[in-house]
Amino acid sequence: MPWLILLLPLASAALIHLGLKRNGTLAAWLATASALATLVLTYLTPSSADPVKFSWATFEGLDITIGLIRDELAMNMMLIVTGVGTLVHLFSLGYMKDDEAKGRYFCGLSLFMFSMTGIVLADNFIMMFIFWELVGLSSYLLIGHWFTKESAADAAKKAFCVNRIGDWGFMVGILMVWAMTGALSFSQMALPEGVPAIMLGVALLCVFCGAVGKSAQAPLHVWLPDAMEGPTPVSALIHAATMVAAGVYMMARFFFSIDGGEHAFSHLAELFPAFSFQTIAWVGGVTSLLAALMATQQNDIKKVLAYSTLSQLGYMVLAVGLLKPDVAMFHLYTHAWFKALLFLGSGAVIYACHHEQDIWKMGGLFKKMPITAITFALGTLALAGFPLTAGFFSKEQILDVAFKQDKALFALVVVVAFLTTFYMGRLFFITFFGKPRTDHAEKAKEVGPLMWLPLALLAIPSILAGYPFVAEAISPLYHHHPFKLFSAAFLASILAFAGGIALAFVLYFNKDEDALANQPVAKLFANKFYVDEFYAWFVKWFINFKASIIAFLDDFIIGGLLVGGFSRITATLGALFNRAQSGSLQTYSYLMAVGIVAVIFITVFM
Amino acid sequence: MNPASLSEYLFASGLLFAIGLAGVIVRRNIIVIFMCLELMLAAANLTLVAFSRSHISEGLPDYDGQVLVFFIITVAAAEVAVGLAIIVALYRSRQTIQVDELTSMKG
Amino acid sequence: MPQPLFYLFAILAALGAISMILNRNPVASALSMVGAFVGMAALFIGLHAYLVGIMQILVYAGAIMVLFIFIIMLLDLQPGKPRSLKAASVAAGCVIPVLLLMQVFGVLEQSGWERFEELDLQTAAETRSGKIEESLKEGKLPDTHLIGRTLFGTPETPGYNLPLQIIGVLLLVATVGVVVLSKKGGTESSTTKNESA
Repeated sequence: MPWLILLLPLASAALIHLGLKRNGTLAAWLATASALATLVLTYLTPSSADPVKFSWATFEGLDITIGLIRDELAMNMMLIVTGVGTLVHLFSLGYMKDDEAKGRYFCGLSLFMFSMTGIVLADNFIMMFIFWELVGLSSYLLIGHWFTKESAADAAKKAFCVNRIGDWGFMVGILMVWAMTGALSFSQMALPEGVPAIMLGVALLCVFCGAVGKSAQAPLHVWLPDAMEGPTPVSALIHAATMVAAGVYMMARFFFSIDGGEHAFSHLAELFPAFSFQTIAWVGGVTSLLAALMATQQNDIKKVLAYSTLSQLGYMVLAVGLLKPDVAMFHLYTHAWFKALLFLGSGAVIYACHHEQDIWKMGGLFKKMPITAITFALGTLALAGFPLTAGFFSKEQILDVAFKQDKALFALVVVVAFLTTFYMGRLFFITFFGKPRTDHAEKAKEVGPLMWLPLALLAIPSILAGYPFVAEAISPLYHHHPFKLFSAAFLASILAFAGGIALAFVLYFNKDEDALANQPVAKLFANKFYVDEFYAWFVKWFINFKASIIAFLDDFIIGGLLVGGFSRITATLGALFNRAQSGSLQTYSYLMAVGIVAVIFITVFM
Repeated sequence: MNPASLSEYLFASGLLFAIGLAGVIVRRNIIVIFMCLELMLAAANLTLVAFSRSHISEGLPDYDGQVLVFFIITVAAAEVAVGLAIIVALYRSRQTIQVDELTSMKG
Repeated sequence: MPQPLFYLFAILAALGAISMILNRNPVASALSMVGAFVGMAALFIGLHAYLVGIMQILVYAGAIMVLFIFIIMLLDLQPGKPRSLKAASVAAGCVIPVLLLMQVFGVLEQSGWERFEELDLQTAAETRSGKIEESLKEGKLPDTHLIGRTLFGTPETPGYNLPLQIIGVLLLVATVGVVVLSKKGGTESSTTKNESA
């Protein structure tokens, strides 16, 4: 049964790829059916502590297995993946209706479902790494779905390349963990005594590198906004709800295994040196702050959501860094629903406006597409952490944890919460209120039921998923959190929301242009702090530097000393012996006679 | 009167050979060089005959050596014929028989 | 051969050889070569190698000398203009032969100066038959017969028939080669002319 969960999407992908590429509609329904079946199977599969597995490759001292882990964490994560996945498939049926390469698209989606399932269910690091790379591949394929568009092809390449950097660290981390614990399987991972703390810290950071790449944390965040070149449902599924959360899931899984199933995580702080998890926390915090700042000045509806995803992922990583993977997973779980909702909502808007993505060319859509607008509003509220929505509960937990452990991070988180409300308010006001600014927005109509149904379905968990009674049932790791009214976290959360929404209302409600756009700071935000430019410059510089070193080696060592040296030695010797070739017969005969005398002398007299 | 010894013959042969060698080295006229080569061959013949005389079997000299001399003389005759033909051809193309003017093999 | 005669002819040969390499005139050189070869032929005869000695005179002093003279005439060589020989190169050219001679002397010094064994014709006659036996019994050395026997072999001893055939082929090839080389306007001469031009 668990194998079926894993293999069903693969079978679908294979079938589509091998036989149904021409018949897009059939392929779409097949993929959707497989996603739905996976969801049902996941729901039906009981969670169990023992992984099912078989040995894949056995060496001396190394036993790599392929196994499926079915504990609470994995199975509930599966619910998110398959749940969001199914709804995205459904949405795609409408959104990609007229696409020429529908078969390829759904093949990619199925492949992604397969790889994501693999990551979630993997019972050891090697298998996880394999699926980790597979996820990267399917992400590459889906970002580059419209590969004839140059920016899409570039974005796909960029995502792939940036992820390689993180994966390199991940692999080193896996090897270090293996070297220290002697086990790759999550269930057998226990730290032996006497491992130097610094090594542990480095290993943790190396493993974290993988999460930095996949979950787009600074400084490897640059690929995620560009990945929005892909179809919007892909952005919703892969680049908002599931794949980018894989980094957080992986870290949680790692802590979980090290912890040994206690779920307390209390002694993790004693195991790892402080610098390692503090680095993680600050990477998360800084990412979330930078991303939120950048989001305030983006004009592309999907870019805003992309930066907000970055920001929320930063929250999760921060929670991981504060050694509360359960809190991180809880936020991951709520975030998946409302972020998928927001992306699909933006997809509906884009679809209705004839693939227009600039929010300043929309406006007044509230009356034209009420269902989309209302669900979008619910998602916005959840993301902003409006009380009694899903996002509120999880964000409040993060605030609480931060407040308890690190005041500086707490302040940072509050600022980010404020900014989140602000930019989401900006997005919502500009898009749905005011007057239509272009013909496309003027003529926009509500999308069909195939597209608004997923929105409506996603709106439900966006509101309800955070409530303890729901969360306990389906959240991967929800631990009942004593909810205190008027705690610092609660108050900060409320204030941040109120401040953000107020500011957004003042600045953007019924406005036709961005009042802040000409501020130099705003330009900095709009240009994403010039990180891309810096990377471009740095990569160019680095490659030039490397090239000049190699050119030096080539010219002087290989060309000059080895090849040139040998040729010069040969030429010199040749010139030397050339002198002997005088062309004079007498010299030759003389030398021959000398040789004869010498030979006689040596053979007879010596 | 005492007959001469083997070593005296060999020394005479060596002397003639050395003179021929000196001629090959010093002279530049290719015809003279050729003559010197003939002289050296003849000196070698003298050695062979001297050893043939010295190696008595059943009271007679060992005639194998003299057969070899016979062959050498034949080859020398052929060599002279070919060599002189080459000299003629050389003279036709280069108008000289001085070896120090024939340095086209210079590297 | 008695020692004084040996020395006489050896010195004759050596003088002829020296004269050959010292003469500027190639014709004089050729005639000196004849002198040297005649001296050597006398030494051969002194070694009881009558056939070889006669052949030396016939082939070298006769045929080959004539060939040399003939070519010298053909090329119409004037006595060479006095060309300056570098003293250093002459000295260097003489040092090596002198060294060679000293080595020969050194070797001979080690082996001593033994006399030749006398030929014992009567003993030899016992194992021979026919004309050879008769000649030997008369006290004459029939060396032409003996060389012939050696060359062509007897029923008991294999001769040098195959080498003889090969020498014949060699002579043929040499003859053909000379004809080809001497052909005027032959490929070789034409190409070399082109090169020199």
